[in-house]
Amino acid sequence: MENIVIIGNGIAGVSAARHIRKLSDKRIIIVSAETDYFFSRTALMYVYMGHMKFEHIQPYENWFWKKNRIELVRGFVSGIDTKTKKLSIDGSRALHYDKLIIATGSKPNKFGWPGQDLHGVQGLYSKQDLDLLETNAPNKDVCKRAVIVGGGLIGIELAEMLRSRDIPVTFLVRESSFWNGVLPEGESQMINEHIKEHHIDLRLGTNLKEIIADENGRVKSIIIQETGEELPCDLVGLTAGVSPNIDFLKDSGIELGRGVKVNRFLETNIKDIYAIGDCAEQHEAIGNRRPIEAVWYTGRMMGETVAQTICGNRMEYRPGHWFNSAKFLDIEYQTYGWVFGARGKKDYEVQFHWRHESDKVCITMAFDKETNKFLGINTFGIRMRHEVFDRWLTEERDADYIMEHLADANFDPEFYKQYEGEIVAQYNANYGKSVKTKKKSIKRIFQLN
Amino acid sequence: MSNYDRSMALTGQPPVTLSRNQKLATLLGMFGLAILLLAAFNVNFPGKATWLSISLMAISVGTIWFSWDAYSKKEPGIKNDGVWFKSISSKGFWGWIAGIALTGFYIILYFYPEYLGLVSGGDNKGVIGLFDPLSKALSGNPASQWFVYGTLYTVAILAFGIKFIWKYRHNRYEKIRTFSVMFFQLGFAFLIPEFMARLNGSSVLNGGSLPYYDLKNMWPLNYYNFEGYRIKGFLSSGDIGFAMLIFGIVTIFVISPILTYRFGKRWYCSWVCGCGGLAETAGDSFRQLSDKSVKAWKIERWVVHSVVVFVTLMTTAVIYSYLGTDTSKYWLTKSTFLLGVGGLLTTIFVLVMVFKREQFQKDAKYGAIGYFVIIMALIGFHYFSGEGNVFLFKSETLRKSYSFLIGSIFSGVIGTGFYPIFGNRVWCRFGCPMAAILGFQQRLFSRFRITTNGGQCISCGNCSTYCEMGIDVRAYAQKGENIVRSSCVGCGICSAVCPRGVLKLENGPLKGRIDSNQVLLGNDVDLMNLVNQK
Ligand SMILES: Cc1cc2nc3c(=O)[nH]c(=O)nc-3n(C[C@H](O)[C@H](O)[C@H](O)COP(=O)(O)OP(=O)(O)OC[C@H]3O[C@@H](n4cnc5c(N)ncnc54)[C@H](O)[C@@H]3O)c2cc1C
Ligand code: SF4
Ligand code: SF4
Repeated sequence: MENIVIIGNGIAGVSAARHIRKLSDKRIIIVSAETDYFFSRTALMYVYMGHMKFEHIQPYENWFWKKNRIELVRGFVSGIDTKTKKLSIDGSRALHYDKLIIATGSKPNKFGWPGQDLHGVQGLYSKQDLDLLETNAPNKDVCKRAVIVGGGLIGIELAEMLRSRDIPVTFLVRESSFWNGVLPEGESQMINEHIKEHHIDLRLGTNLKEIIADENGRVKSIIIQETGEELPCDLVGLTAGVSPNIDFLKDSGIELGRGVKVNRFLETNIKDIYAIGDCAEQHEAIGNRRPIEAVWYTGRMMGETVAQTICGNRMEYRPGHWFNSAKFLDIEYQTYGWVFGARGKKDYEVQFHWRHESDKVCITMAFDKETNKFLGINTFGIRMRHEVFDRWLTEERDADYIMEHLADANFDPEFYKQYEGEIVAQYNANYGKSVKTKKKSIKRIFQLN
Repeated sequence: MSNYDRSMALTGQPPVTLSRNQKLATLLGMFGLAILLLAAFNVNFPGKATWLSISLMAISVGTIWFSWDAYSKKEPGIKNDGVWFKSISSKGFWGWIAGIALTGFYIILYFYPEYLGLVSGGDNKGVIGLFDPLSKALSGNPASQWFVYGTLYTVAILAFGIKFIWKYRHNRYEKIRTFSVMFFQLGFAFLIPEFMARLNGSSVLNGGSLPYYDLKNMWPLNYYNFEGYRIKGFLSSGDIGFAMLIFGIVTIFVISPILTYRFGKRWYCSWVCGCGGLAETAGDSFRQLSDKSVKAWKIERWVVHSVVVFVTLMTTAVIYSYLGTDTSKYWLTKSTFLLGVGGLLTTIFVLVMVFKREQFQKDAKYGAIGYFVIIMALIGFHYFSGEGNVFLFKSETLRKSYSFLIGSIFSGVIGTGFYPIFGNRVWCRFGCPMAAILGFQQRLFSRFRITTNGGQCISCGNCSTYCEMGIDVRAYAQKGENIVRSSCVGCGICSAVCPRGVLKLENGPLKGRIDSNQVLLGNDVDLMNLVNQK
């Protein structure tokens, strides 16, 4: 029987394992260092905030693995011998594989700031980081102020977490507006406002210069580059992005770039070794995607795909239309297709932005200047139906069509306030059009006829 | 496990700490309860009406003030910070104390009402006495333990309903739904029956007297509705009484199936029902305590379906026992009645097996067992029953044991008393035969489902954790599968707490309602087609 070994029990590794089990009877072993069982990394914040206990963020009950004959080994893979097809675990045990899937995820970036390894300075990625945060910032007496460096998705989550315990937070964001490398201006502005509503001391266009230690090697304060201001604090959260967690592969002969280099079949340069999830780097980016896509969904989709290949149906990784979602404090965000921030905006891209005058609700729709083709949409505070937008993208609908049928895509709970009328009125005003909104149609939504 | 447990319990840090306002509000509420407690110990209050008003006001204002302080200063949004740190909502010390106190209250209420001051044929004393003025004002009669209970129940739904509306003020589904349960509790369960009692003996009812009837309750929730004394009461009360009896039958066989088909069982369980109303409002802080394991689900199905079988047999037996055998006196006789029940069940069983076998799949075994037990019992009734006897038991014994085991112990003592231990819907999930019957229909003949939004789920677990019915919502959502579960009461909380907008409660076409996907939307279209075809 073939021995499939997977390194990493994150969403990528576990998706691969589940699908291989569905398709075959192969022996499956997952080796992972972080925890005994798979958990949802995206939900770590809720454990610190007391919404859930750690056990709740484990998507499968503990009997699941045995029942599906997925063997779990807790240990750190320190090296791979690709000639003899052996892993060494914790530098001592050896494990043979026939096929190997590398799904080792990411680690937080550190950019060589002075003092970045002091006590009280940490990232937020792993279960261990969560436990560390409980030590560094259990409450507002022990942690009188926290400074968060890096204005991305994890940074704002960390800020929300700390605020739930009433810990004062200063949030240093290098960009001139929150996450505006990705978000168009209007949206980014709205989030800035919302961050401040939550009593977070948001410092835009601000960089960290250095972290100062007290006599015990604990963080005492930080210095801001632009102003030289010294901010006393007890915790520094480093959330300036992540990069692939592949140091242990350095001498393995597997081709590495920033991540493990893979082709479209998720194969590395060495036969029978594959890489998926956060740690995989495409030789060439797929469409508008980045070569490394550190998101949950990508890990899952690569897992689904590589399982096919391993079970004899060699399959290219061909993700469908881009989608993503996040939550900024109380505001939910969803995106379908491509809408770019100012920096990445294409010259053929027109962006229609609408924002409600008082509610924290807005959308941005991108369409093609020439052809009017719909390119993508960002929504804040309105939920949208994935199926419907995916279909519209496939059908290459134009912007007018989207506006006309916007009600079909609404996914908010029943009785919610509807904004389609206002949105379309503004669209008409901006572009001199006379699109009329159609009523929501169950027939169209569910494609009945 | 980690150090938040210790540090948070000892020093009481946010989000666990109570603000000064909240402490005062708690004190005020406790003061209101203390008046009731003192009354229970026969402290005699001069001016009962005044003290009762003070007490009920203190309880309500305390609760509302507390929640105002908790939510009004925060941005609208999900308010679950610290739920698992607070001892009351995480089965900690205060959770157990509250559980024990509630359970004790129920035991006294059901079995020792004399300790609450019930005096038959004289002036009430104690707490019940304290409620006399209110009861007399409403129905003209002195209070009973049930009046006290009904009043407190209503106050709880109203005060905690306001709390709930504040907590979910960003969510209109939750707001409207909560208005609805508050309305039905106050109007239908509390005021209307009291006013109706005033009519008893009057000419409108031809001098007859109606049994106490909460119009929104239907069989089998009010399992006693077709007992002999009630039928007599209905029939003695002229057209109105007759209309109510007919209404009772129509609700079960016509109104409820239609509404459940269109909206799912939520129209009842989380919009109308009083048990559901209390669970959704006063019980809201405990929803996360329901057990989500597959094992609990198994137990749930056995227990709740056994209750359905039990209540069907019991009701059949009760009606059977007072029917005659002579067709010339009344068209409905013992044997026509049994044949009717048997025929109805057979029709349903055959229809389901013919048209819905696929969806029924795994549950077919349970259905068949239940059906078989009932039919055998019906045959048993016929052959082994004598006068006043059904089968080998007295029908009265059957009825009494149902009302003791299910009506009192299960729905009250365990169902509500154990809110802080097993979660707020233990009764609805494991014990309620009404929920089981509506659920059966919801699973097979209803437009309702919770739609999963393509591939957006991040498996975070909020939905499962906060599902009061113990449904592992995530297990479906992360597979891109809609949630079509018989136990779902449509409270909408899973959808509310989902941070990625994955879940939507909606009524849609029957076709494709239950879809399971191995590969989710967002991946390669060819792969999705390849794998998802069946
Ligand atoms: C706080 C936070 C919030 C996030 N929120 C979102 C979100 O909302 N939406 C979204 O799309 N994405 C989100 N992400 C990103 C998402 O979690 C990741 O993209 C995803 O978890 C990556 O999955 P993976 O399986 O590739 O790797 P991982 O989940 O990182 O799993 C890799 C595992 O391998 C183990 N490992 C690594 N090296 C070795 C070794 N040598 N030996 C043994 N074991 C090893 C690691 O310890 C780890 O357990 C979030 C990430 C974080 C940290
Ligand atoms: S599945 Fe959702 S709507 Fe249904 S009972 Fe559970 S939380 Fe409520
Ligand atoms: S709450 Fe939403 S994202 Fe989280 S597991 Fe449930 S459906 Fe998925």
